[in-house]
Amino acid sequence: MRGLRVRLWQLGLLLGFLAWWEWASRTGRIDPFFFSKPSDIALRIARWFGTGEIYPHLYITTLEMLLAFFFGTLLGVALGLWLALAPSVAAVLDPYIKALNAIPRVVLAPIFTLWFGLGVLSKVALGVTLVFFVAFFNTYQGVKEVSPVVLQNARLLGARRSHLLRHVYLPSAASWIFSSLRTSIGFAVIGAVVGEYLGSAAGLGYVIAQAEGVFDTTGVFAGMVVLMAFVLALDALVGRVERRLLAWRPRAEGGEG
Amino acid sequence: MSFLEFRGVSVAFGRYVAVEGVGLRLAPGEFVSLVGPTGCGKSTLLNVAAGLLTPSEGEVWLEGRPLKGLNPVAGYLFQQDAILPWKTALDNVALPLVFRGQPWREAREKALVWLEKVGLGRFPHHYPHQLSGGMRKRVGLAQVLIANPRLLLMDEPFAALDVQTRQLMENELLRLWQEDRKTVLFVTHDLEEAIALADRVVVMSAGPRSRPIGDFPIPLPRPRDVAEIRLTPEFLRLHREIWDLLRGEVMRAHAGA
Repeated sequence: MRGLRVRLWQLGLLLGFLAWWEWASRTGRIDPFFFSKPSDIALRIARWFGTGEIYPHLYITTLEMLLAFFFGTLLGVALGLWLALAPSVAAVLDPYIKALNAIPRVVLAPIFTLWFGLGVLSKVALGVTLVFFVAFFNTYQGVKEVSPVVLQNARLLGARRSHLLRHVYLPSAASWIFSSLRTSIGFAVIGAVVGEYLGSAAGLGYVIAQAEGVFDTTGVFAGMVVLMAFVLALDALVGRVERRLLAWRPRAEGGEG
Repeated sequence: MSFLEFRGVSVAFGRYVAVEGVGLRLAPGEFVSLVGPTGCGKSTLLNVAAGLLTPSEGEVWLEGRPLKGLNPVAGYLFQQDAILPWKTALDNVALPLVFRGQPWREAREKALVWLEKVGLGRFPHHYPHQLSGGMRKRVGLAQVLIANPRLLLMDEPFAALDVQTRQLMENELLRLWQEDRKTVLFVTHDLEEAIALADRVVVMSAGPRSRPIGDFPIPLPRPRDVAEIRLTPEFLRLHREIWDLLRGEVMRAHAGA
């Protein structure tokens, strides 16, 4: 009952905002040239999907994003596990990891374009540098947080290193890794779109950059809305997988899920 | 020949000497309780016997050979929960068999038998957080016993339980022990529990530099009921005799703390 009321409020807030925007834009209280209006944006999105002209761009951005997400997470989890289980290596590499993480990733975009060209690869590379560190730090933390008693118990029960990895370290790190996955998706999108925005021939970032180039604010907003829906859909998907894989966790009273 | 023997074992943590020159022998099939005031290094001795801790001086002998690395015949029931929170009761109990190379299906069949033995036959698919403290201890007990260890190390396993559950668990333990008489080293600060369970009670001096200062055989008949045996005159006599020695150490521990 309370959930329904919250949903109604949420819907009302959105509709109210859109209605105000539409009204203000039509009556000239805000300049439609700079702010466009919801009906135009909706029409534009409908046209994009109607004619199918958005699909190639959506495909390219999805591809870049998924590749960046996949390889960034894979590298991050692998290196996180390795360093967490080999403290001496971690001690040696620590300053380098911190230094690399300190680089604002956007400045890497031009250099990646030089190295990997204008195509998909340079965007994936940019996304990977973003996703990697999120996955890495969370995995590292997750493994370090394993209860020493649980670990000793497993060892005394006869667990070998591979057993420990599979039955103790990874499940324990899983909740950290999953919370990082949801952040990672956002970062993968940033990598893809910023990369496209700075130099490409396809993708949603390219569409937005093109629209901006001709002061087509409707196009810019439409591109943003498509991106937003896209990220939300992926986030929901990860949330669903997370709930299934982390069924063992006690749920917080009154909490989500 | 003794089954397990501490020979001049000392353990120091930095400059703090927890136990010093400990000599203690356990005959095969003997149930020995180790009592002492808090901070007297009881758990330290268990960790040494399990091979989790290497003594700074002296060694532990197992069946006539010095112990190197983890103790292969020991099962260890920890004071804290040590079962894996991300596995069901059944899988937790099956795990030691899986570590030994048995397929999951077979291991689960045997695990179900053990769950029934500890009275949890109706809860195989519950996760630890869905079970009560006493039930989690039962899962832990089944998990340790399924691997059929010949030496059972127990570190105040029932300390966190309420009195009724505790007596139930103590009787359960005696019943299971009666079946095949493993050698048991049971650490507790509760003298009544120590006497009710054991063949022999060893009293440790207050730390630091703690060592055994008293060794009392418990000639009470078996099988025992831990609740009823506490009321017998023989029990009370033993309790008074051991308490006379233990009280001084408890006082010293408090004065030092």
